[in-house]
Amino acid sequence: MTTASAPGGSAFAPGAGTAVPVPAVTSAAAAPVEPAGADAATRGTGARGRRPGLAWLGLTPFAVYVLLFLAVPAVIAVGSGFSTGDGAFTFANLAAFTDPSVLRAFGGSFGLSAASAVIGAVVGALVCWALAALRPDGLVRSMIDAAASVLAQFGGVMLAFAFIATIGAQGLVTTWLVSAFGLDLNAGGTFLYTVPGLVIPYVYFQVPLMVLTFMPALEGVRGQWGEAAATLGASRATYWRRIALPVLAPAFWGSLLLLFANAFSSFATAAALISQGGVVPLTIRAQLTSETIIGLQNVAGVLALGMVVVMAVVMAAYSLLQRRAARWQR
Amino acid sequence: MSAAVPSRPFRPGGAARPRRSGVAPSRVTAVVVLTVVGLVFAVPLVALAQFTFRQGTDGALTLDHYAAIVDPVNAVTYQPVFDGLGASLLIAVITVGIVLLVLLPAQIVTALRYPRLRRVLEFVCLVPITVPVVVLVVGFIPVYQVVAQVFGSGAWTLAFAIGIVSLPFAFRPIAAALTAIDVTVLAEAARSLGASWWTVTWRILLPNLRRGITAACFLTITVVLGEYTLASFLSRTTFQTALLLVQSTDPYVAAVFSLAALLFGFVLLVLIGRVGAARQRTPKEPA
Repeated sequence: MTTASAPGGSAFAPGAGTAVPVPAVTSAAAAPVEPAGADAATRGTGARGRRPGLAWLGLTPFAVYVLLFLAVPAVIAVGSGFSTGDGAFTFANLAAFTDPSVLRAFGGSFGLSAASAVIGAVVGALVCWALAALRPDGLVRSMIDAAASVLAQFGGVMLAFAFIATIGAQGLVTTWLVSAFGLDLNAGGTFLYTVPGLVIPYVYFQVPLMVLTFMPALEGVRGQWGEAAATLGASRATYWRRIALPVLAPAFWGSLLLLFANAFSSFATAAALISQGGVVPLTIRAQLTSETIIGLQNVAGVLALGMVVVMAVVMAAYSLLQRRAARWQR
Repeated sequence: MSAAVPSRPFRPGGAARPRRSGVAPSRVTAVVVLTVVGLVFAVPLVALAQFTFRQGTDGALTLDHYAAIVDPVNAVTYQPVFDGLGASLLIAVITVGIVLLVLLPAQIVTALRYPRLRRVLEFVCLVPITVPVVVLVVGFIPVYQVVAQVFGSGAWTLAFAIGIVSLPFAFRPIAAALTAIDVTVLAEAARSLGASWWTVTWRILLPNLRRGITAACFLTITVVLGEYTLASFLSRTTFQTALLLVQSTDPYVAAVFSLAALLFGFVLLVLIGRVGAARQRTPKEPA
């Protein structure tokens, strides 16, 4: 199945398996302008290069838009970490990375992202495996795809509300646990409003994302491979151990990394549940509203830089694994 | 895949069940797994739905919260939600406009005239995944100081930023539609029959890309309605920020609107899915 058949799928859908963003953030957005010029020049003599001027009209608005609203903010965000209050260049702000609250935020983010990614990846892979038994173009599949998209990418604040109603102080599950088992989930303060408590709502949007990203890989495993193995006398266990799992492994680890990145950069759910810092995005918010680390400026920019570095490393690894995985997908 | 050629079992031991050679589990296993996970995932949504009917904390149920939404007495309390919804819908219209007038032409021109730029375009459109919105927003704050001077500080100006955030979502379906039809051949055929570029675009390309474009627009609308980060950092009132605001005074109404928004998004995406499935029945497309 190509991404075409599941556009409800996701921006993350790895169907194409090519050119997933690699780190160079700042140069990236500026890129379309320059090579385009070179391209137009070389193609000018080609068969279809008769009126390059007109074709350019189609690309210019996009280039300008992306430059103004993607390249400029990205450069400012990362660059502001390197400037003092009055705009001079400095490395001094990087000292923020030694601040205990910043370290705790990165630790919290890593822990939360890793835990929710691992749980999400395992459960999500299980769901994909089950989905493989369903007709790929059936109504059930479309509904599961749609639900997965909504929960994975557009829930945010609304998911936070759902979990307040579920395991919040007066939540449905909270009160039921108390009345049925005498077990108080929130004995030590409302669990949901702590960083470890965030794992629960995070898993809720990680599993659907895993379904969206891992499904194409699972669908890429051909039935013929199993038949070939069976005719050669392989048992089911051998088939899984020697064929299916090795083929699926890169896609699984790639999706796991994507889930990590997704949790790491997620903001809305955490913001709706926790008012203070604790994870990096929330600390950025706190730093933007009030500079709380004494003697340092633009800490939000420094934190943004830290996030971009982590995201760039994770996404680069993801795109490598994805390229490996794509070998088996058509 | 599940429709693989049924044949006699290779191994005598497997005769009792239908033989499976792919990764797919048996139907029973699949149904069990999906039901269990489905039930667990239904719990928060059921709780949210139950919450909208809750009266106080004693477990009694009531329809009051739904009635309250249309009650003029509460108009002041709920005004932010309606304002936010209005603002979000306006932003959605503008963002869809950006997708149609800025992204779509760029993708079509790239496919037709500069195929080698395709990778660059894809890379640019996927950058917003690698650079989290929380990071971009640090840069958006100074950018929006300029934007506010030029366009004023209306909530609709958020559309520029949200357009960037929705690039990855809008790009994919359009790109998939572009690869599914051979645009170059179609365009050249039309040109050799004497069609102008205008005719090629309107009569050949857009009708063929309709499904991809629809999917891109629907996804963009869902992105806009669910967008919280930008609006919150840039202090604009949109649907999501209003929900959070109202939640502190009347959590029930916030729950009602959340549920409605989730359902709306779900319906939009089911529609995209069905359109996609309908397309699958057309001849095989190149990857």
